[in-house]
Amino acid sequence: MAGHSNYVPQSAAAKWLESRLPVISLMRGSFVDFPTPKNLNYWWTFGGILFFVLIAQILTGIVLVMHYTPSTDAAFDSVEHIMRDVNFGWLLRYLHSNGASMFFIAVYIHIFRGLYYGSYKAPREISWILGVIIFLIMMGTAFMGYVLPWGQMSFWGATVITNLFSAIPLVGEAIVTWLWGGFAVDNPTLNRFFSLHYLLPFMIFGVVILHVWAFHTTGNNNPTGVQPKTKQDTLPFHPYYTMKDLFAIVVFMIFFSWFAFYLPNYLGHADNYIEADPLVTPAHIVPEWYFLPFYAILRAVPDKLGGVVLMFGAIAVLFILPWLDTSKVRSGAYRPLFKQFFWIFAIVCVALGYLGAMPAEGIYVTLSRIFTAYYFAHFLIILPMLGFLEKPLPLPASISESVLKGGSGTPAGAAAAPDTK
Amino acid sequence: MAHNTDPEEPNRRDFLYIATGAMGVVGAGALVWPFIDQMNPDASALALASIEVDVSAVEEGQSITVKWRGKPVFIRNRTETEVQEAAGVPLSDLPDKLARNANLPANAEATDPNRGVKDKENWLVQIGICTHLGCVPIGDAGEFGGWFCPCHGSHYDTAGRIRKGPAPENLLIPPLEFVSDSTIKIG
Repeated sequence: MAGHSNYVPQSAAAKWLESRLPVISLMRGSFVDFPTPKNLNYWWTFGGILFFVLIAQILTGIVLVMHYTPSTDAAFDSVEHIMRDVNFGWLLRYLHSNGASMFFIAVYIHIFRGLYYGSYKAPREISWILGVIIFLIMMGTAFMGYVLPWGQMSFWGATVITNLFSAIPLVGEAIVTWLWGGFAVDNPTLNRFFSLHYLLPFMIFGVVILHVWAFHTTGNNNPTGVQPKTKQDTLPFHPYYTMKDLFAIVVFMIFFSWFAFYLPNYLGHADNYIEADPLVTPAHIVPEWYFLPFYAILRAVPDKLGGVVLMFGAIAVLFILPWLDTSKVRSGAYRPLFKQFFWIFAIVCVALGYLGAMPAEGIYVTLSRIFTAYYFAHFLIILPMLGFLEKPLPLPASISESVLKGGSGTPAGAAAAPDTK
Repeated sequence: MAHNTDPEEPNRRDFLYIATGAMGVVGAGALVWPFIDQMNPDASALALASIEVDVSAVEEGQSITVKWRGKPVFIRNRTETEVQEAAGVPLSDLPDKLARNANLPANAEATDPNRGVKDKENWLVQIGICTHLGCVPIGDAGEFGGWFCPCHGSHYDTAGRIRKGPAPENLLIPPLEFVSDSTIKIG
């Protein structure tokens, strides 16, 4: 990470600090001088967008906690108090609740970018696996955060999700009781979820550092999937990518604001504005939109344990993805067959999301089963076989060559090599 | 002391390493346990063990729901038709053939008399939690005239037995007894 800087401290203060803690050269090596492939397209800006959203969630979360009361008697009222009485409370809460959705929108685009351009392949397996771990912690954080307002969806979502663990043979019931701290979701559950909801974002932050460290060690992937070979293939991170990322963040903020200001409850459920009632389940409970594909997989299986295993398996399969894809070519841009299967897979994921929101009956169940089977077939059958069956297109000799030919979605202007000096 | 020259033979140093390591593991386990066990139900949650319910006002065909250990408990005074309907189902039609009745041995069969309250078969008292993922089923609903869980579509019959859908078990029957003609003690 630090090895990329040729920074030499100039001032006496900088020399003093550098000789004791080389933090300036670390930061310069990582985020200023860091050699970045010059052909990164806008799909690569979602990493920066995600970092922005994580910080935004932590900041809005910290101030919301100043007004929230984690107790079954007071939680629902304290959220209404934030909405009605606290200065700008409505804004902070809407930013935080919509921020969770924005986080998942950005992370799904980021994951699919990695899937398309083969960012999971050697030598970036560790970066990919750390990314999947971040995704898992994010899901846990979002789930526990959704419980805190103590509405009907909070309560019943918590009940259904924690009950997933009861499917584990022998110890399932004991685990669920342990998670609840009682015999049903109740005050102890709310309090521990609050505690963990505050903790997990900082754990995400820590894993993000490792994630960045890993791909700064291997270097970024890029749309050609060809490793940079000479200095002509890269640009310093600053100002080229700081500016590009910042521009993308501003555009993303417009999208974010559109939801926060004009559709603040569009992505939520009206039932969550009814206080939790342990004796009445809402007629139609569905998780938040970002869990829907996994929920569809859960419901596609008629067996309780089988459904839970497949649902977790849908994420677990991502951990071994680097070894399932047998193709030597990284980028999907040079893989004509893979490209088609990638888009089919993307459509299947969206379709599963739609099916997760539909009632579990009739044609919806049948389709859920077909798409669930396809989801796993993509990873376990199609990707391993494509490596042998597919004839990839010829790869460019270098990033510069592909840029000069105008390949792989890179602006032609970026071809002027600024660091030939 | 003679040095142990055989590399295969464990010496005193090896024993000390293993003994120290083992002590360390035991100590770490003993320290970790309070951090894990604090999440289990506390004394106040365990204290809510039993309740008594007056059911004198529950007429035939009516149900009430009471809260026991934070969970809903359905108490239903079943009609003659409901009892006969449930009693007429052969065991082979049931996905779960066990009674799931805490008052009977664990291997009791899911016949209607084993589901209803002992000697008062028309009374059916069960924990109102779907055995799939814990939602509260709706009464007088579903394809079998019993309960229907809206979350993932499990159908229970008039004896609270799972008949169709993803739930693996019949609705659970809590420990209970009639302490007088009109009072049920649950727990």
